[in-house]
Parts: sequence; C-alpha cells; structure tokens
Amino acid sequence: MKRKYIAAPYIIWMSAFIVLPLLFVAYYAFTDKAGGFTLENITAILDSLHIKATLLSLELSLACTALCLLVSFPLALVLRRLNMNNKGIIILIMVLPMWMNSILRILALQMILSKNGILNMILSWFGIAPLSIINTPGAIVFGMVYDFLPYMILPIYNAVMDIDDDLIDAAKDLGASYPSVVWHVILPLSKPGIISGITMVFIPCLTSFVIPDILGGGKIQLLGNVIEQEFITSMNWHLGSGLSFALMIFVVIGLAFSQKQEKKDRESLVW
Amino acid sequence: MQENILSLNNITKSFDGELVLEDLSLEIKRNEFVTLLGPSGCGKTTTLRIIAGFVMPDQGSVLMEGEDITTLPTEKRCINTVFQKYALFPHMTVAENIAFGLKIKKKDDDYISKKIKYALELVNLTGFEKRKPRSLSGGQQQRIAIARAIVNEPQILLLDEPLGALDLKLRQDMQKELIRLKKELGITFIYVTHDQEEALTMSDKIVVMNQGYIQQIGTPEDIYNEPQNAFVADFIGSANLLAGTMIQDELVSINDVRFDCVDKGFGINKPVDVVIRPEDVEIREKGQGIFPAVVTSVLFKGVHYEIFAKGIGIDWMIHTTAYHEVGAEIDLYVKPFNIQIMNKPESEDEAVIQKE
Amino acid sequence: MKNFICKFYLTIIMIFLYAPILVLVVLSFNSSKSRVVWGGFTLDWYHDIFRTSVVSSALQNTIVLALGSAFVATIIALLACIGIDAMRRREYAVVMAVTNIPMLNADIVTGIAMMLLLIRFMPLGFSSIMLAHITFNIPYVILSILPRFNQLDVSIYEAARDLGAGPVYSFFKVVLPELTPGIISGFFMAVTMSMDDFVITYFTKGPGVNTLSTMIYSQIRKGIQPTMYALSTIIFLITVLVLIVANILSAPPKKHGIRNTPVNHI
Repeated sequence: MKRKYIAAPYIIWMSAFIVLPLLFVAYYAFTDKAGGFTLENITAILDSLHIKATLLSLELSLACTALCLLVSFPLALVLRRLNMNNKGIIILIMVLPMWMNSILRILALQMILSKNGILNMILSWFGIAPLSIINTPGAIVFGMVYDFLPYMILPIYNAVMDIDDDLIDAAKDLGASYPSVVWHVILPLSKPGIISGITMVFIPCLTSFVIPDILGGGKIQLLGNVIEQEFITSMNWHLGSGLSFALMIFVVIGLAFSQKQEKKDRESLVW
Repeated sequence: MQENILSLNNITKSFDGELVLEDLSLEIKRNEFVTLLGPSGCGKTTTLRIIAGFVMPDQGSVLMEGEDITTLPTEKRCINTVFQKYALFPHMTVAENIAFGLKIKKKDDDYISKKIKYALELVNLTGFEKRKPRSLSGGQQQRIAIARAIVNEPQILLLDEPLGALDLKLRQDMQKELIRLKKELGITFIYVTHDQEEALTMSDKIVVMNQGYIQQIGTPEDIYNEPQNAFVADFIGSANLLAGTMIQDELVSINDVRFDCVDKGFGINKPVDVVIRPEDVEIREKGQGIFPAVVTSVLFKGVHYEIFAKGIGIDWMIHTTAYHEVGAEIDLYVKPFNIQIMNKPESEDEAVIQKE
Repeated sequence: MKNFICKFYLTIIMIFLYAPILVLVVLSFNSSKSRVVWGGFTLDWYHDIFRTSVVSSALQNTIVLALGSAFVATIIALLACIGIDAMRRREYAVVMAVTNIPMLNADIVTGIAMMLLLIRFMPLGFSSIMLAHITFNIPYVILSILPRFNQLDVSIYEAARDLGAGPVYSFFKVVLPELTPGIISGFFMAVTMSMDDFVITYFTKGPGVNTLSTMIYSQIRKGIQPTMYALSTIIFLITVLVLIVANILSAPPKKHGIRNTPVNHI
C-alpha cells in the first residue's frame, strides 16, 4: 500500500466538509428562491445599503490591520531587543486571553470604554475630559485590534526572531545605525511574517459581526452584520449566500495578491 | 613605517559569570596580517568582537591609532568584518550587498557603482552584480562578503574563521587569494581561526590563545620551531611531547638517555618539557643512532609515512618518506638544534590551562 | 534608558491584552448584578454554577465539543500528515491549498457553508456543531504536525527498518515520539479554537443546544448572568495553571542541552 493513501480519511472529510459546503454557498448564491439562475444575489452587494456597509467594513478593517501592524512590529523589535527568545512563553502570553470567552472579553471592553466606564474614570483622575468612544466606528476598530492583535504579533514575532544575529551585526559593522538596521534589514526580512499577519487580521475584521454588535451599539452595520441578518432574521439564504460569495471573492483576490508577493520573494531568493 | 594601529590593554570579559578573557593585552602594527589562533572557547572570537565593537569589555581599553574607542559603537569604527557564515543580506542582490555600507554613508551613485565594479574585480566575480546571495556557492559568497567589507576602505579588516565552511581545496585557493588581497589593499588583517595550518601559511604574526589567555605571540616560524610551552607545541603541528631533565646547558636527559641540544640557561638538574617534531626524528641503521627502537605501526599519509616506534620507553611519532616494516629494529637520531626545551608550567593554574 | 522604554511598551501591550480579563474576574466576585456598581465581595456566583442546569449543560456541551473535536481532528490530521508527507509536489500543493481554506476563509462564510450543507442531511444540533468543530480544527493540527515531518530525519526510520523492525513498529517506536510535541501542541490549539469559537457554532447549532459562547451571546440583550463571569474565570484559571505546569515540565533543562527541541507550542 502506498503511504499517501493513509491520508484518505482526511481527503474524504475535506471533500465533504470543506469543498462541498462551499459549492452549496455557490449554488445558493447563483439561484433565486424558485431555483432559477440569477446574478442578483451577487450584484446585491452594490445596493446603496450594502455598498455602504461594505465600504465601512473595508475602511474599519484597513484601519484595524494598520493599527495592529503599527503595534506588532515595534513589539517584535522590543522582544528581540530584550532577548525574549523563549518562544513558548511569548506564544503562551498571546494565546492565553483566548481562554477567556471572546464575547465576554468584548463585553468587558464595552465596560472599559463606556461613558461611565473604567477608562473615563481613570482619565478623570488626571483631570482629562471624558471621551465618548463607545458606539462609534472608533470603538469597533479598538475592539477588533484587541481581539485580533495576537494574530498579527505571532507571525511577525516569529519572523523577526528568526533573523540571524550575524545579519544585524553585519549591517552595524557596515555603518548602519539602529533605525537603518530596522529599515534596511529587519523590515524586509520579516516581510513574509507581516504578510501572513495582515491576512490573518484583515479577513476576520472584514466579517466580524459580534464586535460591531456590542461596541457599535447595534447602530453601525458592517458586512458581517448584514449577512448574519439575512440568514438569521430575514431567512433569505440566497441573498445571504450571494453576499458571502462576494465576500469570498474579496478574500480570494487579497490572498492571490499576497501569495503572488510571497512567491515573487521566494523566486527571487532562489535565482 | 611600522607603528601600532591597534592596541588592546588589559581586556577582561566574562559572560554569565564565566571568564572568557582575562587581562589580555595585544599590540597590532599597521599593515600586519595577525592571526588569533586557538581551540574553540579560547576567547579568540570574543577578542575579535571586542575589536569590532559588538561586545564591550568589562575592563580594559581598546585604542586605535592612540584614540580610545572602547565605547565607540560598531557603526562608527573604521573597521569592517567578514563573518564566518558570510552574513550576506538574503533580500539584496550582490551589488546591493556591496553598496550597503556606501549607501549608509551617503556616497553618490557614480562612486558606488565604480566601487562595486572595482570590488568585484578584486575578488574575481565580475558580472555577478544582479545575482542573489543564495544562488552562489559558499566560496563565491565568501568573496562577496569580503568585497562588501573592503569597499568601505576600513583601516582594519577582521576575518572570523572566513574559510571554515569551505572544503579543503577551495580553502587553499582562498588562502592564496587572501594573501594577494592583503598585498593589494595594504591594510591590516586580523584573522581568527582554529586551523593551525591556515595560520602558519598566511600570517605575519600569530597570537596563540587558550582559555582566555595569550600563550605565545610570534612569527609562524617562531611559533612552530620554538614553542614557549607544551600547549603551543601540542596545538601547532604534531609533536613528541616529552618530560626531561636539563642536566646542564646544552645537555638534556630523557628517560636516562642523554641528548645534546642547543638550549641554555635552564639551570642544572631542572625538570623541563621537551618537544621534538616528528619530521625531526631520523631513522638510522643499527648502531648509528642515539638509541634503539622497534617499529610498532606504519600509516601511509600521502606525502609521508607516519611511523610509531618504541624506544627508551617512549612511543615516538616519526614522519619519513622511507618505508619501514612493522617489527623492524632501527636506531633513532635527533639533531641537537631540533630539540626544543621549554620550562615546565610554574603554577598549578598554568598547568591546568596547558593540560586542556 | 532604551531598555526602560522597551519594557514600558511591553507592559502597555500586556495591560491592553489582559485588562478586560481582569475586569471579568473582578465582576465574578461582585455581589451586585450591575456591571457598573461594586456591591461587595461574594462567592455566590461560583455556587450558582452547579445549581443551574442550563449553565451546566452548556458547560458540558462546550467541554465535550472541545475535547471530542480536538481528539478526532488530531487523529484525522495525524493520518493526513503521514499521507501528505509522501505526496508528490502537485498533490501536496492541492491538498495544502484546500487545508488552508478554513483558516483563511471568514468564519462567517465557513459557518454558513457548513449550515447549508448539514441542514440537508440532519437536524441541526449537537452533532452538527461537532462536525463543524472537527472540520475547522483539522487544519490547525495539520499545520502543527506537518513541520515536524519536514524536520524528521529520514535515516532514523531507515535505521529502525535496517535493524529489523517492521514499518508499523518503526513508526510507533521511532517516528511517533519525534512527532509528539507537534501532536500535543496541535491538540491544545484545537481545544483552544473550539472553546473560543462563537461564529461557526452560532450558525451550525440547533434550537435548545447551547455552548457557553452562544449562551452568553443570547444573554447580551437582557444582561449577562454573573454566573458566566464566575464560570469563565474558573476555566481561565484552570487553563493558566495547566499551561504553566506544562511549560515548566517541557522546558529544556538549562545548560545541559540534552533536549534541543523547541518548547511546547502552547
């Protein structure tokens, strides 16, 4: 027996529960309630209501991804500088919050950010006027950054820690100050980690519906909320599938772009 | 003019409470090829990293042309390093790697491209500008690493076991190349290696180190022919290392057999260490040597035979081009000036160092 | 000075990540049901956990789902890795591309897709959630075991065969021990993902079946039962304890360098 056939149970599982469900989504997306072919469910994303949610989703997701990146890359540099090379502990610290229920954590964030919340209480001690963050897009971005930050930190941390000390020594030896070492050596060499961090944060942001629900006060509709309502409240599976399908197209385009980037990097490394 | 370009004064360094260098002082002259030689863990790489500025000494000072550079950061020193594993930037082309230091120093493009061309010519890799480091062989990568360092016109080039990862043939070619480069550039080379042959071939001056101490400083000839202690004798080349007694000037006794030698001033009836190189032990016909011996093993080594023979209670290692059968009864002879006498280590501390 | 700034930055991030958790822990001891008022210290909510059957059934569902799905996923993933490792380039690329789908696809799409499929063949309920959890867990386990296969020294397997061991015996005695750290960290990753999941469970669950996540979600509008804070605090603390112990046990002995394997992933 060939060794590769041992993967058979997985191949069957994969076909039944990964590939087949996606075909179902496609089927619903391209049919109407009577079962006839239609493109309306897909083009529905261009409706004024949906396009607004889509654009806002894209905007908030981009903001969240950028913030996560801005926080994570310096953090990875800090961890490298402090010689925190016990990967186990760092990963532990990043993964541990996941063991507190995620919805409860977002609710706790709501308490922190709310008008009479902990943040404003602390600010008042310093005589700073209370902020009204809660129920704004800003609060949603804050919540997303909170929830998805570990997904950005871990790949970037791994990439930064994997850079050989010699390369950094060599750059310094050739006259580079620390900022130029970061810009010319560490940043380009951690690009694969940054790209994978971006995909791991951007996609969940784009489709999150619990965070906007809680921190947006139910008034701000993102793409995820629209899809959820089509399925749960309106029971319009065809429209919901169509929107999901459109979302998948976004994701695929994004992934293809990042894969191409990565492939280009790898090829140029070989040649 | 031969003046000191670099001096290390009373350098002490420890890592995690483990002493790596103790009270090390060293002077290096302009335009010298100096090799730091020793087994791994002897402190040679730490010394190099202190010179480069990657490591700060706990005590002591580093002077370059009389100026104290002990705390000067790496990037401000006129010193460049060639790393053991090349440390080429994998995301840059060969040309970008070489240009790195010059771009940091904001040189103009014209100057940079001229320098790249010159450096690639110097290391015989013209036409490799657009290649990525990973597409090059080990030897080629090493040449690029050298090119990348020398375009910055350092006053001192540090080389940290640069040939360690290359195979024998390539290593020998690169040794010649380095000597040629050194002549063309006219700068100081400080070279770190654990390979004694490499050190003997290339250096003007060898610094033999062990356990954080300098054991001996001298020309390759000095180090090989007149090792100052048993460690140096043992580490450089192969040697018959024997315990003897200095009976008087120019006469030493080994296992009660007397040998004429040329060393003086060790005192009378003083225990000493004696070094005799295997190629200096001559096999003679019976009755023509100093003492008899019996051949116990013969190994063919290519250039010569390595013969072991037992005589006066000692296993002698002999290098000779003539073949002798195992069991053959022979006489052994050593010319007086080929016998090297050394003081026994004076303190226990020193003895420990030498033993390891 | 620079080190001080570094440590300060690190501390800020830690506070950011852990402040909400601290808030929840504090609330679990708050005798007032309000989320804003501190009504004094109490352990009542901890008592309540075992009194209300709704909570305990949700808890039971969550635990059975997490352990069960992680267990099944680990077995399927291990078999998958053995096979995938032997595949040729193109097959390998195809299988890995499909494996990446659940990880890269939006949770909401994965959840909806599973729901659309499962509802055709079975009533939505506990089993449908289980199938969904196994499905999204498998890729995490595969991705933590497969790198171990790549690091594996083929010659140790060949050496075992050379010494007369059969292929199955060689696998269990020589290869499996090398894979164990990957298997364990994959299993824990799967448990974590399953415990933390809300979206996929939300779409694949049937009426009357709840996990802790869906139960909490349903309580948002009318106000969270403080019992939930207590329960989550207990789960969190148990996990912290288990992981700290596991990390201490798996930490390589210092200086001796006997084990060079990286510290367990979790």
